[in-house]
Amino acid sequence: MTLPAGTRDRYLAEFERVGGSRKGRPAWLRRLRDEALARFLASGFPTVKHEDWKYTGLAAIEQGEFEAAGADGGDLSPADIAGILPGEEADRHVLVFLDGRYRPELSTRRDLPSGAHLGSLTGALGGEFDGLVPYFSRSAETAFTDLNTMLMEDGVFLHLAKDVRVPEPIYLLFLMSPAARPVMAHPRNLIIAGENSGVTVVEQYAGRGDSGYFVNSVTDISAGRDATVSHFRFQEEGPSACHVAALRARQGAGSRFAAHSASFGALLSRHDVHAVLDGEGAECLLNGLYLGNGRQHVDHFTTIDHAKPSCASREYFHGILNDRARGVFRGRVIVRKDAQKTDARQTNRNLLLSKESEADSRPQLEIHADDVKCTHGATTGPLDEEKLFYMRSRGIDEASAKGLLTYAFADEVLRRFDLPVLRSALEEKLLAWIPETRRVQEFLRETGQ
Amino acid sequence: MSGNPMLSIENLHAAIDGKPILRGVNLSVRAGEVHAIMGPNGSGKSTLANVVAGRERYEVRAGSVRYEGRDLLSMPPEERAKEGIFLAFQHPVEIPGVTNLSFLKAALNAVRKHRGLQELDVVEFRGMVLERIRLVEMDEELLLRAVNDGFSGGEKKRNEILQLAVLEPKLAILDETDSGLDIDALKVVAKGVNRLRSPERGIIVVTHYQRLLNYIVPDFVHVLSEGQIVRSGGRELALELEERGYGWVHAPDTANGGEARP
Repeated sequence: MTLPAGTRDRYLAEFERVGGSRKGRPAWLRRLRDEALARFLASGFPTVKHEDWKYTGLAAIEQGEFEAAGADGGDLSPADIAGILPGEEADRHVLVFLDGRYRPELSTRRDLPSGAHLGSLTGALGGEFDGLVPYFSRSAETAFTDLNTMLMEDGVFLHLAKDVRVPEPIYLLFLMSPAARPVMAHPRNLIIAGENSGVTVVEQYAGRGDSGYFVNSVTDISAGRDATVSHFRFQEEGPSACHVAALRARQGAGSRFAAHSASFGALLSRHDVHAVLDGEGAECLLNGLYLGNGRQHVDHFTTIDHAKPSCASREYFHGILNDRARGVFRGRVIVRKDAQKTDARQTNRNLLLSKESEADSRPQLEIHADDVKCTHGATTGPLDEEKLFYMRSRGIDEASAKGLLTYAFADEVLRRFDLPVLRSALEEKLLAWIPETRRVQEFLRETGQ
Repeated sequence: MSGNPMLSIENLHAAIDGKPILRGVNLSVRAGEVHAIMGPNGSGKSTLANVVAGRERYEVRAGSVRYEGRDLLSMPPEERAKEGIFLAFQHPVEIPGVTNLSFLKAALNAVRKHRGLQELDVVEFRGMVLERIRLVEMDEELLLRAVNDGFSGGEKKRNEILQLAVLEPKLAILDETDSGLDIDALKVVAKGVNRLRSPERGIIVVTHYQRLLNYIVPDFVHVLSEGQIVRSGGRELALELEERGYGWVHAPDTANGGEARP
């Protein structure tokens, strides 16, 4: 799996450029970058022979000839940003990253409670938050997280001291400009929520135009004892984009972590979620919706690691695939030997709207404790004929019935997005995506649902 | 009870998954009549109900079904519903994500639009539903839940009768609505159906047991066996079946081709 020489040279040059401009950065980061580089050069991109990548070929990324995006980024006004962000919401913090770089003039910073720090990650490294090294050294590294560590230049750093709660949601918008050549960005975010703190973070990924590009993001979250972290992710990359993202969370005792995810865009996308319930009584919710049409390939690779007793996890992923799209879901649940009284439930359902669409679903339960409740269920198939007939037998025409059932299937997941502005915006996007959308909209309007 | 039949089934043959179920059913239902279709399990009762409602899983191999003079078999199920046919399901389907009230409203709008009637406004609609829901003694809370989602067996059946009461079809088919109901629920369901009896409406009650017919008294009783109507009579036939079982009616009563006309 060694890298083709051209790819290797490109990433090496990029590594030199990034490292070269970061000479003053802490030595520990330099070391992490070097280690990541060594691993990446040795392993290269995984192939489908690798168990974790069995259904997802990476040729589009490997052969993509991506270079770092330029710093110009084109002309964008705050009004453009408002048009891209979901809905109208006066009270929110917005940090905009254009082509991987923080753009303060496009961002909206509001006052934060004392004890909350929100800023760019590069600013935090080497400064007063230099003790961050433990949060950068993760065990669950992949070729892509290594690539991110090697090449990351910016992202968000959020730090909440004990008992600090941020009332407004924090939006992080990662936007890619149309570019003449294939470009890439490697955003890196770090969220450290102290004991009994609380915050809502929305990561939104969007592309302007249909040029090919590659986004490879990593977000690490540490939720302290009794902290509440709600994370939302809305991926609406351009139609030719490759999007790879890792969300890694470590939870302390009694903490609550929710990761909601809506994957609507990109030609090739892969989202890894890795949550470690590392303190008694922690709760974790993974709730995701993915839509694919055309030739989209959308892969979700999730791991919930019950490391301590009496933790609960809930995982719901629904996928809707049309045309020749392919969806992949892997749901790994690990229950460690000491994690008694674990309560874990997982559901993955895939709706196939065309004969050529495909879904691969793989639950993977590894249970090493005996006093646990673990369930999983997976279904894949077309719309239920019984439901369709039931609706039609009540006078609802076939196209409307299909559209409504499709909408309802997806909305089961979106209803759990407990951030109303984002939820309605996603429901609008969903409606626009559904093949029989006009009739569904009429139904919702007429019935006032 | 005169004039042309509302529903006229002739020599109907139907199969499911390649397996023949109906083997030449003849039946006419006029407006104002209540017909009971009885028969042992596997005799084709539910198939008959579903073929009339338009379920595509069933393949019609021969025969005809005319409804108000039109070829029913060429109409898609939604068209049949809008023309006034209603099937109360034996196993009502759960539809997560669509609230019961929205579903009722969409169904009623579809039917009313088709009949050239104004859609009801929110107040009128709510008033109507709340009135009809009392009839079936159903918990109003269930209106705000998703259609049949997590409903008990009895609640699902009541919900079917609520839909029936709201949609006011011309021809109502009850497919084993009594199955799984205790006697109190059965009485409530029967009361709801009886209130809909009218000279303009035809009702077909499909049931395995005589019990329901104590409360919904039919004008005609037909016995279906091995895909054919083997005997037809008045309500006394149902009582006789209860006493003697289905064993004695197996031979097709070919004297009148199984036709239900006395």
